[in-house]
Amino acid sequence: MKNPTLFGLVDCNNFYCSCERVFQPSLEGFPIVVLSNNDGCIIARSNEAKALGVEMGTPYFKARGLIEQHGIKVFSSNYTLYGDMSARVMSVLAESSPDIEVYSIDESFVDLTGIPDGDGFARILRRKVRQWTGIPVCIGIAQTKTLAKLANRVAKKAPKTGGVLDLSANPAWLEKALAKVDVDDVWGIGHRWAAMLHDRGIHKAAHLRDAEDGWVRKRMGVIGHRTAMELRGISCWPLERNVPDKKSCCVSRAFGQVVTELSAVREAVASHAARAAQKLRRDGLVASHITVFLMTDRFDNGDQVLPRSDYESAATAELGGWTADSRRLVGAATAVVERLFRPGRDYKKAGVILPFLESDACAPRGLFDRPEPKSKNLMAALDAIHAQYGRRSIHFAAEGTKKAWEMKQELRSPRYTTCLSDVPNVRC
Amino acid sequence: MSPGLKLILVDETVQAGFPSPAGDYLEGRIDLNEHLIQHPSATFLVWVSGDSMVDAGIFDGDLLVVDRSIQAAPGHIVVAAIDGELTLKRLARRGNRMVLQAENDAYPVIEVDENSETLIWGVATSAIHWLAGQPPRTGTMAAE
Repeated sequence: MKNPTLFGLVDCNNFYCSCERVFQPSLEGFPIVVLSNNDGCIIARSNEAKALGVEMGTPYFKARGLIEQHGIKVFSSNYTLYGDMSARVMSVLAESSPDIEVYSIDESFVDLTGIPDGDGFARILRRKVRQWTGIPVCIGIAQTKTLAKLANRVAKKAPKTGGVLDLSANPAWLEKALAKVDVDDVWGIGHRWAAMLHDRGIHKAAHLRDAEDGWVRKRMGVIGHRTAMELRGISCWPLERNVPDKKSCCVSRAFGQVVTELSAVREAVASHAARAAQKLRRDGLVASHITVFLMTDRFDNGDQVLPRSDYESAATAELGGWTADSRRLVGAATAVVERLFRPGRDYKKAGVILPFLESDACAPRGLFDRPEPKSKNLMAALDAIHAQYGRRSIHFAAEGTKKAWEMKQELRSPRYTTCLSDVPNVRC
Repeated sequence: MSPGLKLILVDETVQAGFPSPAGDYLEGRIDLNEHLIQHPSATFLVWVSGDSMVDAGIFDGDLLVVDRSIQAAPGHIVVAAIDGELTLKRLARRGNRMVLQAENDAYPVIEVDENSETLIWGVATSAIHWLAGQPPRTGTMAAE
């Protein structure tokens, strides 16, 4: 007989805060928060900050009183660092387990099917991730992905679990967990379903598990029905092993403040195009077209939402063959900006999208396309300089020097793991 | 031609004449990463500031390779978090206690509190000491 399925869900604890602490151990035990792009809202909180009543998603300016009162340490988001630390955690998981599905920057499903002592395995894995990367994680284990998520949630909130909870091993714990967790917090149950379920007296995960099949199917379709089945311990969602190839690439940022000048918009877009080209080269990809979009405020002076065509404009240009050359992307993108820009508008955001990507090795070449060995060498040199000295060290003139449009990131920590001049100092 | 079929144009130039006699002996060049970094996901680089480890051949301005996957043992040179600050010392046994020793007589021995699990940050595996052309370092202190 086939082994019954067993899944682990590994979730990094307060991931962004934990990344900051790895390199600033003095912050261990102190309240810290991380802000969204542009220092807008609070997007991550350490347990100590949660305990002080700092809410997720609060605008920074509103939380300022609380932050100052308690001396909470504030960080701008440092996605370069979080991305690298995430890759480290995921690779430790991948090399230690039979199979994993990376689910988000800080979560991964692990296939534990056939492993005799899931709990013991998970405890060793948890310790290993902590030692190798410095990142604390919690692991929930169960027969289905939905239940593994639920187990993780309970493990995170109950310190006595030691960060690992195996619900497959103990039916009484499973029952308790299902009775405790709100239906809103079940994986895949969004706001609208939750509201509908509460109306029907279905408040807890256990209620949804016990709901009548035909009714669930009628009200929530196949997906909702599968969720209920998964709560019963019948696995409906296998591990997704095949990470699809990248099909498109997008780089966009909100401006630090409203931008009205063509030159500033052009610089921002040129900078995004250069960044997109760098991503292409890193992934061994080439693009054929570039789309530029500009956005103004979605609301008029009142609180009316404007039609999309009023606040967003976009246009696409050909790149003249498949390429990852920054000069061609920057040139094409700035030409599109000139066409899109309208004076008198308050621009809030701009971005570039590369809608069609191919692997560099097998991109179709036109009969008259010239191989570009010089371009490759130049771009390799550019990437090497960026790798050693950071992206500020050398850039295209079109990206501008003032960067008035740039995001506010006043409190960002150094890029400890990706830029040699930023690696931490140790005293001796 | 089926729509999924892609033609690959090889942009190698074709050499006429004799092939290089070294062609059969090509190997990849030595990549120091392979030799200095055993566990990439657990390895971090740090700059050294200070002179307490000079007798171990580690100098101010050196770059250290630190491998967190290695279980620290007496004799290892380790990065430790002392009072929240990343510090480099040699881990040693004194009787039945662990201590952190400087490798410079001018510095005192530091007692290790065995209860603190986060104390050892990683084990240093090599030090890179530039003799010329050192890259710039902004020197961001861990505990600002």
